[in-house]
Amino acid sequence: MDALDGNAIGGLLQEIFGAEMTTAVATCATCGTAGVVAETVVYLRAPGTVMRCRTCGAVLMVVVRREDVNCVDAEGLAALEPS
Amino acid sequence: MSPISRGFHGRRRESPAETGRVPPGQYVTTDFPVLSAGPTPHTELTGWTFTIRQAGDTIKSWTWEDMRALPAEEVTADIHCVTKWSKLDTRWQAVSIDTLLAQVEHDAPYALAFSDGGYTTNLPVADITGGQAWLAFGYDGAPLQPEHGGPARLLVPHLYFWKSAKWVRGLELLAADEPGFWERYGYHNYGDPWREQRYAGD
Amino acid sequence: MAGTAVRGRLTWQVATVGSVSDETASVRTLELDVPGWAGHQAGQHLDVRLTADDGYVAERSYSIASAPDEPVMITVERLADGEVSPYLTEEVRPGDDFEIRGPIGGYFVWPWQDPDSPLLLLAGGSGVVPFRSILRHRAKIGSTVPARLLYSARSLPDVIYHAELATPRDDVEVIYTLTRQQPAGWTGHSGRVTDALLGEVAWPPGQHPIAYVCGPTAFVESVAAGLVGLGYPPDRVKTERYGGVGGP
Repeated sequence: MDALDGNAIGGLLQEIFGAEMTTAVATCATCGTAGVVAETVVYLRAPGTVMRCRTCGAVLMVVVRREDVNCVDAEGLAALEPS
Repeated sequence: MSPISRGFHGRRRESPAETGRVPPGQYVTTDFPVLSAGPTPHTELTGWTFTIRQAGDTIKSWTWEDMRALPAEEVTADIHCVTKWSKLDTRWQAVSIDTLLAQVEHDAPYALAFSDGGYTTNLPVADITGGQAWLAFGYDGAPLQPEHGGPARLLVPHLYFWKSAKWVRGLELLAADEPGFWERYGYHNYGDPWREQRYAGD
Repeated sequence: MAGTAVRGRLTWQVATVGSVSDETASVRTLELDVPGWAGHQAGQHLDVRLTADDGYVAERSYSIASAPDEPVMITVERLADGEVSPYLTEEVRPGDDFEIRGPIGGYFVWPWQDPDSPLLLLAGGSGVVPFRSILRHRAKIGSTVPARLLYSARSLPDVIYHAELATPRDDVEVIYTLTRQQPAGWTGHSGRVTDALLGEVAWPPGQHPIAYVCGPTAFVESVAAGLVGLGYPPDRVKTERYGGVGGP
């Protein structure tokens, strides 16, 4: 299954953050690249949803759905700013 | 509970003969779903090695030729993914981890499997010895494809399949347990499907 | 335009299938009745959630095919190894319910910033779906921005919305490339989108165009790179990847 992009998790992110996030600017904590969430690399078919930096491949964010709760790890993001 | 979608069954088929073979909460599939947290690595066999490390040192390494010269076996196993699909009677061609570990001196209680692409997963050494784990290079009579973890993956069928690290390149032997990729993001440290240990704290 | 289209919490709600119509042998459009639907922007999508009677759940996203002021429609391509698409394209009947969540997305929408930018739409296979919404919206609002759609499909029978695209509004140009099979006497393009074909159809960067690329991941990445190579600034090339191995 090919990688998708941040558009594919627009609904999930809106569920988590309560706002439209595909236009939010994500800054990678590993390489410093900033780009909109819609253009990040997203893997959906995993035990969790994995968002990776398109420039360096580092993990930006992981969402694991446990029962009905979204567990979000965003340590790979230096910043996430809604536009 | 969400409204039922009339006539929707998903992919799975279950038959009465499977009762008892399927851990709680699982659905049997005849497909072989591909799940990944990152891009599929494509590793040339010429550069491939499997390495055992301890305390920062490499204590043993096998090239592809070395590994293929070791005694291998046909393994038939049921596999169980934490995303709830189970696949029965999967057939692998593999070298037992016992065979590999027999060639090193160690007394480490824990291992961290590491893979191309950065994936890791942790296991007690007691769970990858005694005929419970393999380095698998063939699936269903053919070379293991990259999307399923080829050239070689770890195969540990008694635990949830995220522990069967794809694209595995070695084991780090550890004195203290260290969580791997999914374990760090909230999945269970051990992962026994029969006790439904999906998430941390289960 | 519906101001609440992207703000606030999304919740799952039940949609009822109003009608179904086949676009091609493997593609079907579903019209959905969604109570309280607040409207959407052209290019947005919605999520579908199906629940089997044993509790098994599957979720997928589908682009909205209808214009903002029209009833909600999605167009679904049946994937050979699909789990949800065979259900939506073969089993679902008018009157059936399933859950949806939407509208979703604030990035892959048109208009975007400057509504006078020449518009370039590049579709791979079912990636054309959001472009139907965009082109219908453009016509409805009476926009006169130059618009071109480059549509890559496997064969002519695989072209979705063919009749609608054959009668384009005045200044919408539709260019096809058929990648696997062409009809006898075909004078259009064949094969995958190349940098040369992009050079022919793309608005010159100096006109400050905006491009939208949608379809399988490999198509999107190749075409987007091609446009950047022609001089399009990366932030003037919007991408939406559908993944998978279906498509041209």
